[in-house]
Amino acid sequence: MVYLLCLVLFLIGIYGVLTQRNLIKIILSLAVVESSVSLFLILLGYRVGGIAPIETAARPHESFIGMSVDPLPQAMVLTAIVISLGVLALSIAIAMRLYQRYGTYDVTQIRNLRG
Amino acid sequence: MLMNLIVVLLMFVAIGAVIAIWTRDLLSAVIAIGVLGFTCAVVLLLLRAPDVAITRIVVEVLLLIILIRSVLRRGVRTVESSRSVPGMALAGAFVAVLLVLGVIAIRELPPFGEPVALMGLNEPAPTQPLEAGGPKQEIPPPSQTYIKQGLEKTHSGNIVTAVLLDYRAYDTLGEAAVLFTAVVGAIALLRRKSRKPPSPAEMAAGVGGSEDR
Repeated sequence: MVYLLCLVLFLIGIYGVLTQRNLIKIILSLAVVESSVSLFLILLGYRVGGIAPIETAARPHESFIGMSVDPLPQAMVLTAIVISLGVLALSIAIAMRLYQRYGTYDVTQIRNLRG
Repeated sequence: MLMNLIVVLLMFVAIGAVIAIWTRDLLSAVIAIGVLGFTCAVVLLLLRAPDVAITRIVVEVLLLIILIRSVLRRGVRTVESSRSVPGMALAGAFVAVLLVLGVIAIRELPPFGEPVALMGLNEPAPTQPLEAGGPKQEIPPPSQTYIKQGLEKTHSGNIVTAVLLDYRAYDTLGEAAVLFTAVVGAIALLRRKSRKPPSPAEMAAGVGGSEDR
């Protein structure tokens, strides 16, 4: 059920990328795709009744091993989220530059104006 | 209980995504993306991923600032209708195919809450000594090694930090390099004028910073 919701979120983003004409809307759709994928990876690492992968002195090591959720997807997704911020910021900068040049965010008009 | 809460929040996220893509007003779309991102952060917190949730909040704030800056111009607030009808039908068909394939793939996944990488973690490790030429010893997935030996080997209680900054530190270095490159690229694109003022000869020839603005 949760996996299915992630898939639906992903497909909403894909649909937006394919059908939108406005550059900002396309970038927003990319952000939707990115968040769905990161959510999915974190969901894959969850364990029922799990605790955060942070060891404290209050909890013995054996019970921590038995309860902690998977730390590896969390570390990878942390990297992916930061990278996606860089990608989105760069694409927004390019979109703003295009707006300065052509006076519109509409990709079809930009294509017609060419040069 | 937690499962139901996560399902409700994910539906909220999906509604935010639908509003962001279908609305005609760009500022509303950006705010809907903000709703989506912060709800994602709450879901991550519920999934016991506090580090990711904190990063997500920081990233979302920065992203919202950049997006609102790009949207707040005169004349760009509203969007015209989307692409032509055949294009939308084609996109809908593509998405439908992806949906079918995705549902087939999801049925192969392990049930929610039982990660494959952590299977057999509670059983004691086999203690027979490793012999050369003998049967291959099963190597546990890296996640299990991190959980079992993270504190002992890295002296970091937070295992996610141990993975990021110790086991996979080169990965994090690469991430920092990518982020740096992206920021430098964005600054170079958005800079209003060149740092060096154009020389008189360039001004006379009509080239230089002013034309590139």
